[in-house]
Amino acid sequence: MGLINTIAAMGRNAIEMMLGFGQAGLMLWGAIFQKPRIAKGLPLLVRQIYVVGVQSMVIILVSGLFIGLVLALQGYNILVGFGTEESLGPMVALSLLRELGPVVTALLFAGRAGSALTAEIGLMKSTEQLSSLEMMAIDPLRQVIAPRFWAGVISMPLLALMFSAIGIYGGHLVGVEWKGIDSGAFWSILQASVEWREDIVNCLIKSLVFAVVITWIALYRGYQVTPNPEGLSRATTQTVVQSSLAVLALDFLLTTMMFGR
Amino acid sequence: MSTRKIELLVGLFLLSGLAAFLILVFNVANVEVNSGKSNYSLQASFSNIGGLKVRSPVKVGGVVVGRVSAIELDPVKLVPVVTLTMDKRYNQFPETSSLAILTSGLLGEQFLGLTPGFVDEDVAMLGDGDKIDDTRSALVLEELIGQFLYSMSSKDK
Repeated sequence: MGLINTIAAMGRNAIEMMLGFGQAGLMLWGAIFQKPRIAKGLPLLVRQIYVVGVQSMVIILVSGLFIGLVLALQGYNILVGFGTEESLGPMVALSLLRELGPVVTALLFAGRAGSALTAEIGLMKSTEQLSSLEMMAIDPLRQVIAPRFWAGVISMPLLALMFSAIGIYGGHLVGVEWKGIDSGAFWSILQASVEWREDIVNCLIKSLVFAVVITWIALYRGYQVTPNPEGLSRATTQTVVQSSLAVLALDFLLTTMMFGR
Repeated sequence: MSTRKIELLVGLFLLSGLAAFLILVFNVANVEVNSGKSNYSLQASFSNIGGLKVRSPVKVGGVVVGRVSAIELDPVKLVPVVTLTMDKRYNQFPETSSLAILTSGLLGEQFLGLTPGFVDEDVAMLGDGDKIDDTRSALVLEELIGQFLYSMSSKDK
């Protein structure tokens, strides 16, 4: 009997998981595939870009700078042993553009903006604000979910680009200003090895994918919250854990597709 | 926080995102905007190109005058053929110029060194699509060591 119960529990979990995927898909579908209303939608979008993007900017810029500094310092210590410390530029720039820029930005974004989105939507759900919107014949998917989704999708790639740019500047700061690598060599070798299509476009594609996944998970977790304090805290935690894991797994997948040849 | 201020900050945010993009594209990836045709192409065949890559620089006395745009194998002669894209500002190289694959430093990147040849009345300048005949192949360290060992062992006998 115990075995049958275990199998049934497994089946129930699988069905619930699939149900979750389906509900999340329907929510996203309802939120994005709608006739856009520029006049009404734009102010909502601007407001959300402010919350999601502008307020994340400080943490992104500061972490980008420090990661660039640390990367350059560690790289310098290794490269100087081979007498090739001029290659510091490409090392910093490529690791930032290909991996660290999109991934670290995504992780910070999940912690800074994703959790806030879940908490906000979850509280709206718990206090039945979403239901009251529906009572007033306002579609909450359109009014609440869609602007937050688009704000996340627009902000994340921009944040990843800022992160990479300021990280490279940090690498320049350590390499050239502190360790005395020739500035011309630093930039020319860097420019010779960074490709516009290979590195910058792939950085953008990665961060766009991460943005969709993080905002989607955050919004869905908030939307499906169990309306009590414990449920709210669980939903916020789940957002951060699940989106971080999803980002790291997807990063491996995308990297093998982009650079695995 | 008034709407006006939020709009202003969001505008600044979008602009700084754009600025980061432009810095990365033009300063880091160094994308050159080719307005019109400011290049001409040359060809050269080598017996061994070593570690030469597409986008490797072509230098005259250390000055970059062009880049490698394609590397292919000649289907008939079975030797590598390298296509160079040269800057149109530097189009005064005589046909007698020679091309060598050099290495920057002991283990550095390989590049093409162009040595301008003599100019005479019946020597024309290199133009679009021309082929440089006088080429010197890459120095492959393993081959060099092999030759050295071979000559050492033959000396012993």
